[in-house]
Amino acid sequence: MPVNLFEQFQRAANAYFLFLLILQLIPEISSLSWFTTIVPLMMVFTITAVKDATDDCFRHKSDNQVNNRQAEADLLLLSSSEPHGLCYIETAELDGETNLKVRQALPVTSELGADIRRLAEFDGVVVCEPPNNKLDKFTGVLFWKDNRYSLNNEKMLLRGCVLRNTGWCFGMVIFAGPDTKLMQNSGRTKFKRTSIDRLMNTLVLWIFGFLVCMGIILAIGNSIWEQQVGAHFRIYLYWNEVVNSSVFSGFLTFWSYIIILNSVVPISLYVSVEVIRLGHSYFINWDRKMYYPKKDTPAEVRTTTLNEELGQIEYIFSDKTGTITQNIMTFNKCSINGKTYGKSVLINKTVPVDFSFNPLADRKFQFYDHSLIESIKLGDSVVHEFFRLLSLCHTVIVWVFFLVGELIYQVQSPDEGALVTAARNFGFIFKSRTPETITVEEMGKLVTYQLLAILDFNNIRKRMSVIVQTPDGQIKLYCKGADTILFERLHPSNEELMDLTSDHLEEFAGEGLRTLALAYKNLTEEHFKEWFKILQEANTSLDSRNEHLAAAYEEIEKDMMLLGATAIEDKLQEGVTETIASLSLANIKIWVLTGDKQETAMNIGYSCHMLTDTMNEIFIVAGHTVMKIQYSDREYFVFQAHALEADLENEFVEVACMCKTVICCRATPLQKAQVVELVKKHRKAVTLAIGDGANDISMIKSAHIGIGISGEEGMQAVLASDYSFAQFRYLKQLLLVHGRWSYFRMCKFLCYFFYKNFSFTLVHFWFGFFCGFSAQTVYDQWFITLFNIVYASLPVLAMGLFDQDVNEQNSMDYAKLYEPGQLNLLFNKRKFFICIAHGVYTSFALFFIPYGAFYNTAGEDGKHIADYQSFAVTILSIICFVSFYLQIALDTSYWTAINRFFILGSIAVYFAILFAMHSDGIFVIFPNHFPFESDMKKKIVVPPPSSHAALVFISAATHLNPPLESILHFWIMSNFRCCQRIL
Amino acid sequence: MAVNYNAKEEADGHPSGVGVPGGAGKSRKPDNTAFKQQRLPAWQPILTAGTVLPAFFIIGLIFIPIGIGIFVTSNNIREYEIDYTGTDSSSPCNKCLNVSWNSTPPCTCTINFTLDQPFETNVFMYYGLSNFYQNHRRYVKSRDDSQLNGDNNSLLHPSKECEPYSMSENKPIAPCGAIANSMFNDTLELFRIDNETRTPITLNKKGIAWWTDKNVKFRNPSGNTNNLTALFQGTTKPVNWPKPVYMLDSETDNNGFINEDFIVWMRTAALPTFRKLYRLIERKNNLQPTLQAGKYSLDITYNYPVHSFDGRKRMILSTISWMGGKNPFLGIAYITVGSICFFLGVVLLVIHHKYGNRNTSADIPN
Repeated sequence: MPVNLFEQFQRAANAYFLFLLILQLIPEISSLSWFTTIVPLMMVFTITAVKDATDDCFRHKSDNQVNNRQAEADLLLLSSSEPHGLCYIETAELDGETNLKVRQALPVTSELGADIRRLAEFDGVVVCEPPNNKLDKFTGVLFWKDNRYSLNNEKMLLRGCVLRNTGWCFGMVIFAGPDTKLMQNSGRTKFKRTSIDRLMNTLVLWIFGFLVCMGIILAIGNSIWEQQVGAHFRIYLYWNEVVNSSVFSGFLTFWSYIIILNSVVPISLYVSVEVIRLGHSYFINWDRKMYYPKKDTPAEVRTTTLNEELGQIEYIFSDKTGTITQNIMTFNKCSINGKTYGKSVLINKTVPVDFSFNPLADRKFQFYDHSLIESIKLGDSVVHEFFRLLSLCHTVIVWVFFLVGELIYQVQSPDEGALVTAARNFGFIFKSRTPETITVEEMGKLVTYQLLAILDFNNIRKRMSVIVQTPDGQIKLYCKGADTILFERLHPSNEELMDLTSDHLEEFAGEGLRTLALAYKNLTEEHFKEWFKILQEANTSLDSRNEHLAAAYEEIEKDMMLLGATAIEDKLQEGVTETIASLSLANIKIWVLTGDKQETAMNIGYSCHMLTDTMNEIFIVAGHTVMKIQYSDREYFVFQAHALEADLENEFVEVACMCKTVICCRATPLQKAQVVELVKKHRKAVTLAIGDGANDISMIKSAHIGIGISGEEGMQAVLASDYSFAQFRYLKQLLLVHGRWSYFRMCKFLCYFFYKNFSFTLVHFWFGFFCGFSAQTVYDQWFITLFNIVYASLPVLAMGLFDQDVNEQNSMDYAKLYEPGQLNLLFNKRKFFICIAHGVYTSFALFFIPYGAFYNTAGEDGKHIADYQSFAVTILSIICFVSFYLQIALDTSYWTAINRFFILGSIAVYFAILFAMHSDGIFVIFPNHFPFESDMKKKIVVPPPSSHAALVFISAATHLNPPLESILHFWIMSNFRCCQRIL
Repeated sequence: MAVNYNAKEEADGHPSGVGVPGGAGKSRKPDNTAFKQQRLPAWQPILTAGTVLPAFFIIGLIFIPIGIGIFVTSNNIREYEIDYTGTDSSSPCNKCLNVSWNSTPPCTCTINFTLDQPFETNVFMYYGLSNFYQNHRRYVKSRDDSQLNGDNNSLLHPSKECEPYSMSENKPIAPCGAIANSMFNDTLELFRIDNETRTPITLNKKGIAWWTDKNVKFRNPSGNTNNLTALFQGTTKPVNWPKPVYMLDSETDNNGFINEDFIVWMRTAALPTFRKLYRLIERKNNLQPTLQAGKYSLDITYNYPVHSFDGRKRMILSTISWMGGKNPFLGIAYITVGSICFFLGVVLLVIHHKYGNRNTSADIPN
């Protein structure tokens, strides 16, 4: 608690209030009692302390969650369970790619095996580069047993990767903790503030300047008054000896007025804003529409101070895998020998194919075209060959649960799994593999193929092949890969089929499906043996082995015969298309940033309707060079992230922002953040990043708002995020409903708050001209103490928490309603000046109308002359009703029971306190602190007509403009077509 | 196998919201309450042309008659004011312009005036001061409320706030402070001149202070004697006063701190131009007006210097209506605002008729 107090005093605002408190202790200056500052200050401190304590608690809980995760580090692979020290890893957490990658230990270290004793004796020394964020590069040297071995990325296991198909491995820690590449990539945690926060700080500074100006004006007034009038008035009002010159008196008055007028820089502003934001955060936490029952995860606000910014988002940067997609692949369509199979589920409500003839079929697999199964049953050889290829050409590992007799496929990539599962359902069941053989159950018959060679997949080749020998001795090469690559390697006789198939492929791609072309080749034994020799040589070559291998593969993968193509659906998460559509309607631009390859990314673009065939010109930037970018009416823009490395920033942002859709592929985590930073810097727009994996952390941290999808890929993104929920589609609810409301409420709150404080405080300023600039307050000190924390706090808090202009359904349905937030229309400097002007005007009326009504006159019994106390109570009551309650009533558009209770309750409390303070009892006990004892009961119950009339009059006069404003607003709005439907 | 699969499908297929089946913990599904889901029933008033226009007209139609009423009432109030400061060299009081507090013998002057119309009801006699800053911060706080409330301790040890008017000649001042020290001490007497004979008019000096002030807020020091002189033993008079506080009046219930002239003065004015109730002239019988039309003279014992700070002193005779003293301001203000409202209503109605019809559905579907 003392620490907390100390921290609080470090905040500039609180230090300022402490300074005021000290000023008040100087009797020459003190225009208010000490309690007028200390009571609100204590209140603010208490609330802030409670809030900080809650936040701390919450953070501890999260920290524990992190600490429970096993600590990982960047490792140098020493040995593994697989032959040759091979090790398979998945790096989805790092770069979002889901296919397996191979790492291989140095031969010398892989010999160590699992021998703990020898491993413990390992005393190699690694000299390597300093920690950096490059995921795909590592250079170092291992010195061991007087030898030096060069190390590269192929021997590294980075933090965040997951072992696959590998029993165990041993490694040597190279980097740990914050030095790991993953952490280096996660960007710096920045303290996030909303644009309203920044605006508020500026405005508070301005108000402060205004306060000083008022102080100076009144101080000068005081000096002049003292010289012209006060000097002669001394027969009734002695100088204190301390104050003996008018200039010095002016100086003291300046400070006195700073104390009195300090309520224009509202002490409770920041704390009220925090309370409102906390309330909004709870509403988000409580929203059932963002609760995902399958995982029992409600939405969670992790940073409670950003809510209103959710209503101002202009750019969304989204990860692909796991965020937009479910990362589940399904075999959806295929083209075999120039004929397409498979229909869209949505169009034809046909019965799915019945796979009951196949006891090993996967139940979850569904296919909607019966002709394919017919062809298989009829024994169409090409169709058989097609599925045989699918069952043979892959790197899937199979587990058999004998008890259930069920096959479990362990796959490197979900695509592959989908294909093998499809083959399985159509009767070509991959059953087992050994390093030399693959066993497949073909239409109920077990067939074992000799596996002669596997020609691996990599990103350059974009294809993989297997060479197998059938039981009857025939040698065959089966190849699957990207259509563009494969079509170049077909036998010329395939031309006709190729044309037909590429038409189909285009059609598939248009539907957003991931396509692969399949081909085979019959090999003669001699040809194979000849080639195998080349392969062996390549395998044993010492330098540039990869190039040699690639050349060898190239040699055999040509003149192939086309079989057909597959189309796999990368299943989108539920509701993604609709969400993206409504967010686009709300004028929010969605950029997809993914580590995946271009084709995959574009397929997703198509499938979620971000890209359509009608969009003209695909624009792809892949180069490193500065290129001339033509400004045509391009509608979308796909680029590879390394384009960012070139000096293209400005052009990039220019062009990208002109496009409807932007997709960025091959982006490393840091590049994702870089894109976000670019848009932040050049567009001054509010950005939101959403992702689920560790590779999205840096982007989540650098965007104004980071959202973590609590999905499959662990908790790291969630822990770095400001908000988290389970499904992409909840984004719509979060932005269009909660964000919009938060922004709307916060803006209304701020407008009212500034208005209230100005109208309240400036009355002193006007009064200054009539009391010799003596820093005499208009209201009594208790009112000044209590007005912001008792009388005027709850109704505005209720409005800030519960107000709604349109309901949830309309917010969702009319996405256009989101635009005022993006354009920053509801609270900006102009709006602020309007509020201030309204406040100044109200304070003017508040002072001068009672002045006119009280001037030189008497009350209805002749005794109530214009004495200070009556004057103060009249203005005070009017201010409460007019500037606090009537204004809040006009501002509140959604009157819940709580609003009504708070407003009526505040009025009741006002009267209760007024009566209590004017009662005989309290005066008798503290005659010096409550000197206002009077028959106020009579005064309030039978109000003096003049003050009563003044009240009604001021109410009308000062609030002419809100109805006026609203009616004008109404006419303007009704002329907008976009809003016509709601109004 | 089949059984396994079915079970799985069911769990997936029915997002029942029970959370993880068989999970030990409670479901984290938020409660479905109107509060948490922000569906609290609410009244949603919407300002449309249909509601705002009538409001303008109604305000206009209510305010104009009220304004007229107030204005007429205010005009019917009889009020007569005399500035007796004597700045004008022709004024009878000019000779007293530069008096000081304790000049002996006191300067007196007489001003004759004529009431053109009779004052029918009770008449209130006020003294008015201008350019007198009773609302100056240092002035306002220069008093000790507990001393005035009869606290014996405060009587002898006045509050620091009273400085520099708390001690005089090493004795505590009672009542202390600048307000008390500067108490208005002119004496005003009113005569009706009827055929050269001056008939004094009875001026009631009781009942001019607020009841609570007289009975609660201001109390004489307590003691086992009714002798005020003894009760104020050990204190001294305010510097400017000619006589101590226990000699303000001959009647015990109007002497000391509960002297009504004193109480009235101690209730500080809000503005530098103010009037304070001095005396009451009660209507004697129903046949005659309180003050008939005719000639009057005002005798002033001029003790209170205001000339040095350019102040003004006035004597005001006024009747009172249901809305208080004469004040045309409110009436005019009401009429003005009512007219503006009405006028704006008309303008807006015209605009609405001309342009507003474009939008046919002014009602908002909820």
